[in-house]
Amino acid sequence: MSHLEKDSFGAKLGMWLFLFTEMLLFGGVFILYSVYLTRYPKEFGLGGHQLDLVYGATNTVVLLTSSLFAAMSVTAIKTGAKKLTLGLLSGTIGCAFIFLGIKYLEWSAKIHHGIYPNSPKLIAGPPGESIFFSLYYLTTGLHGIHVIVGAVLMSWTAVMVTKERINATDNVTLENVTLYWHLVDLVWIFIFPLYYLIL
Amino acid sequence: MTEEHAEHILSYGKLATVWVALLVLTAATILVTRVELGVWKVWAALAIASVKSGLVIAFFMHMKYEPRLFRIILFVALFTLAGFIGGTFFDVLYR
Repeated sequence: MSHLEKDSFGAKLGMWLFLFTEMLLFGGVFILYSVYLTRYPKEFGLGGHQLDLVYGATNTVVLLTSSLFAAMSVTAIKTGAKKLTLGLLSGTIGCAFIFLGIKYLEWSAKIHHGIYPNSPKLIAGPPGESIFFSLYYLTTGLHGIHVIVGAVLMSWTAVMVTKERINATDNVTLENVTLYWHLVDLVWIFIFPLYYLIL
Repeated sequence: MTEEHAEHILSYGKLATVWVALLVLTAATILVTRVELGVWKVWAALAIASVKSGLVIAFFMHMKYEPRLFRIILFVALFTLAGFIGGTFFDVLYR
């Protein structure tokens, strides 16, 4: 392989193209959200007030911080600071676990109160409320899957850094994984106001 | 690639500054939506979210330093999404 130049431009372009399909995927969910919000403003308002702002805000800070660590890890690897890169990647992965932990607390509190898709309580209630919580679980669930995938990719990248397969001169893989992680952060930047703040 | 060494390495300080700005904007969006502004709080929250994404894309995701092609496809994706949203609302509101 050593005689082949790695095409980092092409690799990054491909990653961005993939990220655009992700934007359109989450965009579709947000369209659903806004259409049903115009149809059921009152029920969405009631649903939104049942979400815990403290959990939402904490997770926002956790994700923004994880993004900072991820962005810093790119600087670290490019300047050849291997140990620092690994530290920063662990920081990002740690934040991913904190995020998922808080999400777990949030979801289990809701489920404990009988609020989950197709629960007897939601079926008996107004349709708008049921739609709100279905969309809440769909959006945050889809986002949560992305967090898990991001954490797995980040761990794999850390192993590659340890083995020096990713290093100061060849690091586009790390860059692409961090790009994916930032997308996860971007999506949450919209989920937070839409579900926790404006209703 | 023909470029000499067009790689931009962002300093830790610059990245930390962006992070602080993002935290301040997060606090601002919480405050602005706690005040009774009616419909305006929706627009205010979405405007702040857009500024935050702009910061993440430009600096954390290096878009500011990428070739123009990257920005062109970014805008194609955003216009496509805006078209979907606009078309959907035209249908929902004037059906």
